[in-house]
Amino acid sequence: MSSLHAVPEEVHKFSAEVGTSDPITVVGGRTQWNVGGTPDGSAREVTAPSGIWSHEPEEMTVRCGAGTTLRELSEQLAQHGQMVPFDMPPNATVGGALSVGRSGIRRLRYGHMRDLVLQIRHIDCNGKIVTSGGPTVKNVSGYDLCRLMVGSLGKLGCLAEVILRCLPKPQATRWLTGVIDPFEVYARLYRPSSILWNGEQVWVCLEGVSSDVEAEAALLDLTEVEGPPPLPSDGRFSVEPKALRNLSVDDTNWIAEIGVGIVHSDRPSKAQKISKTNESLMRELERRLDPNGRLNPGRQVVPL
Amino acid sequence: MQTSPHANILDDLRTVLGDRARDGDFELGLYGKDGSVLQGQASIVCLPVATAEVRQIVEICRKHDRPFLARGSGTGLAGGAVPVGDPVIIATAKMNQIIEVDLENRIAWVEPGVLNLDLTKELTPRGFHFAPDPSSQQVCSIGGNVANNSGGPHCLAYGVTSAHVAAIEVVLPDGSVTVLGDLSAEPPGYDLRGLFVGSEGTMGVATKVAVRLTPNPPAIRTLLLDFPDVRDGAATVSAIIAAGLIPAALEMMDKRAIEIVEAFVNAGYPTEADAVLLVELDGLPGGVEHGVEVVRSVAERHQVGNIRIAADNEERELLWKGRKNAFGAVARIKPDYYLHDTVVPRGKLVEVLDKVYKIADAYDLIAVNVFHAGDGNLHPILAYDSGEKGVLERVHAAGRAIITASIEAGGVLSGEHGIGLEKRDYMGMLFSAHDMATQDMVREAFDPQGFANPLKVLPSGSRCSDSFGQHVPDGAWV
Ligand SMILES: Cc1cc2nc3c(=O)[nH]c(=O)nc-3n(C[C@H](O)[C@H](O)[C@H](O)COP(=O)(O)OP(=O)(O)OC[C@H]3O[C@@H](n4cnc5c(N)ncnc54)[C@H](O)[C@@H]3O)c2cc1C
Repeated sequence: MSSLHAVPEEVHKFSAEVGTSDPITVVGGRTQWNVGGTPDGSAREVTAPSGIWSHEPEEMTVRCGAGTTLRELSEQLAQHGQMVPFDMPPNATVGGALSVGRSGIRRLRYGHMRDLVLQIRHIDCNGKIVTSGGPTVKNVSGYDLCRLMVGSLGKLGCLAEVILRCLPKPQATRWLTGVIDPFEVYARLYRPSSILWNGEQVWVCLEGVSSDVEAEAALLDLTEVEGPPPLPSDGRFSVEPKALRNLSVDDTNWIAEIGVGIVHSDRPSKAQKISKTNESLMRELERRLDPNGRLNPGRQVVPL
Repeated sequence: MQTSPHANILDDLRTVLGDRARDGDFELGLYGKDGSVLQGQASIVCLPVATAEVRQIVEICRKHDRPFLARGSGTGLAGGAVPVGDPVIIATAKMNQIIEVDLENRIAWVEPGVLNLDLTKELTPRGFHFAPDPSSQQVCSIGGNVANNSGGPHCLAYGVTSAHVAAIEVVLPDGSVTVLGDLSAEPPGYDLRGLFVGSEGTMGVATKVAVRLTPNPPAIRTLLLDFPDVRDGAATVSAIIAAGLIPAALEMMDKRAIEIVEAFVNAGYPTEADAVLLVELDGLPGGVEHGVEVVRSVAERHQVGNIRIAADNEERELLWKGRKNAFGAVARIKPDYYLHDTVVPRGKLVEVLDKVYKIADAYDLIAVNVFHAGDGNLHPILAYDSGEKGVLERVHAAGRAIITASIEAGGVLSGEHGIGLEKRDYMGMLFSAHDMATQDMVREAFDPQGFANPLKVLPSGSRCSDSFGQHVPDGAWV
């Protein structure tokens, strides 16, 4: 096999660090530490390796340790006019962001980050290295464990190394705001990057070549702003996009992502229900991949 | 009264399906194979019309301890729908309704037997389309697209099927019905939807799919670039990507492909060229024109001959017709073909293409290359005549050499056709035994006894639960 398929030394080291028996929890940038609950105090803390191990600008792919911060990743990519649109705090780690699996605010255009994951190497509950996916931008070889690992809060394995697909950074980015019907904005624009709405005010992100951004902006009677508003962060839930029309607002502070269906609010939100059948499939996966529950005990992807 | 196991299960199936449970020679012949060269053995074919019927079929299979196999249009190229281990075939051809087009959510709920192009035809006048567009889109089913995580020329910019599926109703191998994923952006729990997409029918039968709708682009430009040397064409591909441009589609054809296709569709392809690139740019007009300029200047640095830009939609469709009919056109030179589907880093295209030609020469075969160059997805077609003695051994040996060369260049086994039966024994070239055992554990969470599409995807040694025969019958390799 080529060097592109070789397992880096750092991943072997991490596998030894994870070991085979005691409860462990993987620490990233602690930016979303409480999602799914806090880990048991008994769990030993480990950190995934960090570093950009290869960036092939002409392939638009990047391989890095899961512990790499988003700052380091975006600085590297920006040198070549590229990006991975995580839209998260710069001290978050790639592995942490993927394990939590929450998308950034430009999902409307760029999709979910899970779709940018090409290959994942994780350490399983027996301390062994598992590779899934592959280094190329397109691949259907074998079961798609990469999608499964995104959003798994490290309960099925500890992310060690990832290969991501990069995107070209847009020539121009503009944020606009005003009071306008957000659903009409969505209907009128061609693939905007983001439309945020707090029930009154709308913020729109337009990206692309300058002439397109100007032309799209001219369709709307809005004023330019620096960037998006601060998002309330205590609660987060999602509904189908059209249900945002009839969102019951209460007196909380909230901002919704139009066309996507995510609502950021300042009130902790209730967990969405999982059907009995799906819950039992999920428990089967946990039971098979981590029978003794040593990976991130205390955290729950499927609420107890 | 007759009481063979075959008659018994058929009786039970007929109670539910009447004459839509069949074992006539016509059906068995048809359903014994798919788009690959592999031949299996069908014994019972069911044509359900609703989820409830699929569930009953699965329950009857369990009662009689028989595996089952979901089948869409049978265009798969990896033998995924080829029956081995004597499964009851569940064909989705009669589950072909577009249930709901929900423009506000930009979602359509469809039955699995809906044909890919039929969906897009329904959506186009309303300003939308389904982005994955396999070259087989006139005939392949959405269920098959989901099961294989299919790609297509326009998946370069828009992503493959997985990115366009929000939820899937599935009849699980234990007969229960569930919906994986939902229309909200962040469904709770693990991403079972993402896991099911690409699982090639081994985790259950998809009975409804919620697909995402993509808005039609306001502007489109389609370019045909010809090159006097195939290497320049391939180098242009990686230089376009390196320039930070991801076209909507970026396809390549080599000299032989051009000649064959031109004779077949008369699209005005330049038969004197060594290679052509078909490039499409779409989106807002400014971005599209910018893209055209990037492509032009990159190509000019790589000895491009002519650059033809489709003047109107008619010309654009003609250019695409050539590309989309390439496989059919191959039948004009040889009656049979074997198609590979490896992916290599785009920067390695020149090197690997070179090897493909050398391998074909060494095995005395004809290689035709027409492929999704933009994402490095090679489709070397080995054309042959199965009447020729010993030719299949050469075809398989050459195929193995192509796969080896691709993996050595940092590539993978399959970009979009899947592993199925055809490539399952190659999985060990890419994955360790432990990787495959882990994949099998995940599959087992859905199907511990291996009822769903047995003997596919993973080599038999790595599957713990192949209760339905450990080996692929010899006949499967004809
Ligand atoms: C000329 C030609 C060109 C092609 N071009 C492309 C291309 O550009 N890109 C590409 O990706 N592929 C391409 N293919 C391959 C093929 O068309 C795709 O894989 C397609 O998605 C298969 O769909 P199908 O309905 O024919 O599925 P089938 O061949 O019937 O089945 C394929 C697999 O899906 C499973 N399956 C089918 N329906 C269901 C269901 N409802 N639930 C669960 N599992 C199910 C089957 O068990 C099998 O494993 C091409 C094939 C041909 C012949």
